[in-house]
Amino acid sequence: MARFAMVIDTKKCVGCMDCVVACKTENRVPEGFNRDWITTEARGKFPSVQMEIRSERCNHCDNPPCVHCCPTGASHVHTLGGVVLVHHDLCIGCKACLASCPYDARFIHPEGYADKCTFCIHRVEKGMDPACVSVCPTHCMYFGDLEDPHSPVSRLLMARRYHAIAPEAGTDPQIYYLI
Amino acid sequence: MLTEAKMIELTTTRHNELIDPFLQVWGWEIPVYLFLGGLVAGMMIIAGYFFIKGRDEGHQCICYQIPLLGMALLSLGMFALFLDLEHKAYVWRVYTTFEIKSPMSWGSWILLLVYPALLVNFLLHVPAWIGDRLPFLKHGSQKIQSINNIKRHVGKVNLVLGIMLGTYTGILLSALGARPLWNSAILGILFLVSGLSTASALVHMIARERSESEMLARADNLFLTVELFIIALFFIGLLSSTEVQISSAMLLLTGPYAAVFWVFVILMGIVIPLLIQNLSVSHRIQHTAVAPIMVILGGFILRFVLVQAGQYSHYLNAHFIK
Repeated sequence: MARFAMVIDTKKCVGCMDCVVACKTENRVPEGFNRDWITTEARGKFPSVQMEIRSERCNHCDNPPCVHCCPTGASHVHTLGGVVLVHHDLCIGCKACLASCPYDARFIHPEGYADKCTFCIHRVEKGMDPACVSVCPTHCMYFGDLEDPHSPVSRLLMARRYHAIAPEAGTDPQIYYLI
Repeated sequence: MLTEAKMIELTTTRHNELIDPFLQVWGWEIPVYLFLGGLVAGMMIIAGYFFIKGRDEGHQCICYQIPLLGMALLSLGMFALFLDLEHKAYVWRVYTTFEIKSPMSWGSWILLLVYPALLVNFLLHVPAWIGDRLPFLKHGSQKIQSINNIKRHVGKVNLVLGIMLGTYTGILLSALGARPLWNSAILGILFLVSGLSTASALVHMIARERSESEMLARADNLFLTVELFIIALFFIGLLSSTEVQISSAMLLLTGPYAAVFWVFVILMGIVIPLLIQNLSVSHRIQHTAVAPIMVILGGFILRFVLVQAGQYSHYLNAHFIK
């Protein structure tokens, strides 16, 4: 069983938003909505400032509250790599999954169903990287299988310090930020 | 203390509708549904109590008026729920599966059981103005009344389904773990007791028998007192938890929702009607509709304020709330 994850090197990310544009183009994300986005976190006051730039998206959690709360089974975990997906024709648009996500990673597509990052499963199934990873000009994003100890993501997490976002929410997020 | 050294500034390029700057996925529809669902649950429990205790002598008993009113109010609530759905044409999908971890799935199936239960309760005594126009209901009524011990059975079913319906409306919110304000299973009990108090208030106003009406006012006083106690427990639970839960409790206690919460939910929805009803049950003042109406409005605003403040509560910007 694979466990897909994304590792993002915050020391290399410049916040250029290429990942955002690539996602919008690849997945035809409707105008006004984002499946991924850039967050800039600044701490302290000039001149003692620390800044972290992060490319954020659905964390494809190992304990996904959006899947547990879904009344129709539309939100589900894909058999490949634990990717969290939505069956559009099962979704009733009740918005429980939007409320259950600590990352606010979901939104309602103008056609009425809940929508979110898919880890570009249509590309991954063909052996390609997700669109955001493949276009990153600083090569700060890595995608792979954490079950495989030799994958780039596994080796990075073994070698470098990292953090996830709000792990205290208990969802076991699978996007890791190298620090 | 938020000192300069600890200052954090978060900037995001995301601005999704209903999500940013803070979650606003549920407007008036969900609080209206939660309120009406709780109200009908309370009414079913009251009707169940009358049948089980055998206090339904004569057809004047309020337990014969509850089912029709209950069905009407519940349908109104479910219509509000339907209005809230974003993918309306697919609503039937909830009945093609049962998702054991999803309170919404539980609720959908509970609602499907509530209607036939209310219908059987209604058939125990079909009012003449309906029976004359729809004679098949009279025949159905006669058949049902011929069943042995039917009233007791109806009472038990009402009681069980009423408790399930009233509790689920609170569990529905508490299961959404990303909203710290809702992270308490006691919401299920709070909504159940609030449903009972609003139902007692409503049924008290429409009861024809004076003895029933007075009994319901007394019961309402008990429910309101218990409700105050449960609200206190709810806050004790949140305030003794982690930073996000403490911040979320502060939204209601001192933050942006405090005025509505203290004035309309606690003071006008519970404390003042409790005082008025205490005086009226001891015959020191006249029974009026003032206290019950305050209780009903308070119950409605409780759902509203909890749904809105809960959506505002958050794991990531907890330090912004204070």
